[in-house]
Amino acid sequence: MDYKDYYTIMGVARDAKQDEIKRAYRKLARKYHPDVNKADDAEARFKEVGEAYDVLKDPEKRAAYDQLGANWKTGQDFNPPPNWDEGYEFSGGYSDGDGADYSDFFESLFGQQFKQEQSGRQQAGFNARGQDHHAKVSIELIDAYQGATHSVTLNAAELDANGQVVTKQRTLKVKIPKGVKKGQRIRLAGQGSAGMGQGGKGDLYLEIDFKAHPFYRADGHDVYLDLPITPWEAALGANITVPTPDGPVDLKIPAGTQGGSKMRLKARGIPSTPPGDLYVVPQITLPAADTDEAKALYQQMEKTLGYNPRSKLGV
Amino acid sequence: MINDKILNGLLLDETTVLSLDEVCQACSSSNEWVIELVQEGVLEPRGHQQTQWQFSARCLQKAHAAMRLQRDLDINLSGIALALDLLDEIDSLKSRLLQLEQAAK
Repeated sequence: MDYKDYYTIMGVARDAKQDEIKRAYRKLARKYHPDVNKADDAEARFKEVGEAYDVLKDPEKRAAYDQLGANWKTGQDFNPPPNWDEGYEFSGGYSDGDGADYSDFFESLFGQQFKQEQSGRQQAGFNARGQDHHAKVSIELIDAYQGATHSVTLNAAELDANGQVVTKQRTLKVKIPKGVKKGQRIRLAGQGSAGMGQGGKGDLYLEIDFKAHPFYRADGHDVYLDLPITPWEAALGANITVPTPDGPVDLKIPAGTQGGSKMRLKARGIPSTPPGDLYVVPQITLPAADTDEAKALYQQMEKTLGYNPRSKLGV
Repeated sequence: MINDKILNGLLLDETTVLSLDEVCQACSSSNEWVIELVQEGVLEPRGHQQTQWQFSARCLQKAHAAMRLQRDLDINLSGIALALDLLDEIDSLKSRLLQLEQAAK
């Protein structure tokens, strides 16, 4: 198990005062809150900071943690020394009862109290609906066009028959309906945490995200495609075959097309009511002047066309 | 544990309509809390009377975010309203930036 340096995580000195720790926590919590920070590791950082604060804000836990010594480094292999917590009495254990959010390191030090508390709560005849779970699922763009079935693996804390918290992994197969867009959610009733007493199960919310595609990008139900074209196709116009997630289509490029302009293929975006559109953005690419013949052609153009693209710049 | 059954969820999309009670249930919150979110302008249901309020999927997403911000960061409702407005604006600016970056390539 890896040692965690809670002081480094919080960015405070080992002798930091309580109000300093609180300030550091508030600042980091705002910075890494998953609703605020969309970076992939934000949620993990947010939980790590929460765990560090949980220990450092509680004078008893902090004292117990401190006596492990200052020589440990984050990531170092760690096992708690026997009776390491002798003489310390903890007020809390986990703060919000979601055991899956805490590291093995934390659990090995402070987990026991939580387990006792939870089993106590379980027997008290208390009724509450189970917690909702929220997870992201990354799909291919084509799945939004056609619909698909996706496997989703989730980690959840559960209480076993002895009232012990165990982390269980489960895999669900979920139907992704045709027509989804990024950020939309699918609600799976009853797939969240078990409730307590008579309380029903919570729900699972899956938020749709698209994996990056080498040439399509989605914006809502619309899809964009950068389409490389030759200078003569742009200048003279052409009928060319364009890929779409639904299969290739023929597209007429009008004469005089400029790079970066947008051409709309109606209802070729993600199907929905109304369906999205597919926007083709032509990008004019130059053939290399790497043979004498190619060079001669460019020189001929220079002589014949006398074109100055910088005339508007006054030079 | 692998369950081979294929689960069919409910896609929360533009056609989704939720009542006040359904939003409260989905947030495990009181009616008063959701009503406060409406009064603060965080949620904008359709319908004038409270009994006729119709919430969109986007409303539910915002209510969930509001719940987490309140729980985790201890922000009051007007602070939440401001944060969510700014986050929306950042989202739309980011997608515009992405479009422009792609076009400039």
